[in-house]
Amino acid sequence: MYLFSVRRVLLAALSLSLAGFGLGCGSSKPVRAASLTASAKRKVAADFALKDADGKLVKLSDFKGKVVLLDFWATWCGPCKFEIPWFKEFERGYKDQGFLVLGVSMDEEGWQIVKPFAQELGINYRIVIGNDTTADLYGGVTALPTTFLIDREGKVASVHVGLASKADFENGIKELLAESAGKSASVGIDGRGGASRPN
Amino acid sequence: MALTAAAALLAQISILTVAPVRMVKVKRGGTASIRVACELKPGFHVNSNKPAEDFLIPLRLTWEKGVLEVAEVVFPKALFRKFDFSEKPLSVYEGAFDVETRFRIPAGAPNGLGMMTGKLRYQACNDRECFPPKTVEIRVPLQVE
Repeated sequence: MYLFSVRRVLLAALSLSLAGFGLGCGSSKPVRAASLTASAKRKVAADFALKDADGKLVKLSDFKGKVVLLDFWATWCGPCKFEIPWFKEFERGYKDQGFLVLGVSMDEEGWQIVKPFAQELGINYRIVIGNDTTADLYGGVTALPTTFLIDREGKVASVHVGLASKADFENGIKELLAESAGKSASVGIDGRGGASRPN
Repeated sequence: MALTAAAALLAQISILTVAPVRMVKVKRGGTASIRVACELKPGFHVNSNKPAEDFLIPLRLTWEKGVLEVAEVVFPKALFRKFDFSEKPLSVYEGAFDVETRFRIPAGAPNGLGMMTGKLRYQACNDRECFPPKTVEIRVPLQVE
């Protein structure tokens, strides 16, 4: 399994600690979703390029200028499945305001298992298949779901490890859309790579 | 903070521990039963061998071909637990449980020491998070008489 070598786990622990992220693994206590990090203190979300179901390369930087909910999930993860209807609703409800959901599936079997699952659940947002490298970029992603809210400038505003509440996500999205509404006009959506926004 | 996180992450490696299986003495032409004793950390569960939903990964114990022939793998009775993330109760194991394997020993099995090797595959969650599936190797030393 690609997520769990001891070395990787230790590295992940260190990364998470340094990043100041809350960590809920190993605990059955409810994990409060993180509140938004102050704008000045946010760190740039690491860019990655992964293929979607159509084989199209998707880069996170393609979405600069939008608020992104980046969800690390897997088909075998009950809490992840529970959150999917919320994400579908957010995608529908806030799309026109410059918001999108990007799901990064950590299923080892890839599209063979993810495609039918996504179809069955009627997932309306973009999905890519993640790997070790992607997980490492985001502190190891040792437990699923792990969800990041990224502001229009491509910076991580919050991280939710484990099942959070719909209201916590939605409040964060609204806050990010509101705080950056004025900035969006001046920030290009092509970000660092100059790539055009995928449809 | 770094040490706390490292400790928490290291702890998850042993969400499920499997006790080493002692040497088993078996007789040619007979049968044997081997129990694999598993223990989950408090607050965690694994899906049973027959999960309530198709998308969940079942607990599996498989054996490589060896001196003994597998007659049957017997899983314990599952618990049905409702979690915050599940709409209906899920079929799971929690705490300590045994998975039993019943073997046949062929009459022509070679005398002496041997080894059976198996793989226990599980996928663990707590009430808020899930962890990637893992496979634990099970080694059972044998003495065939």
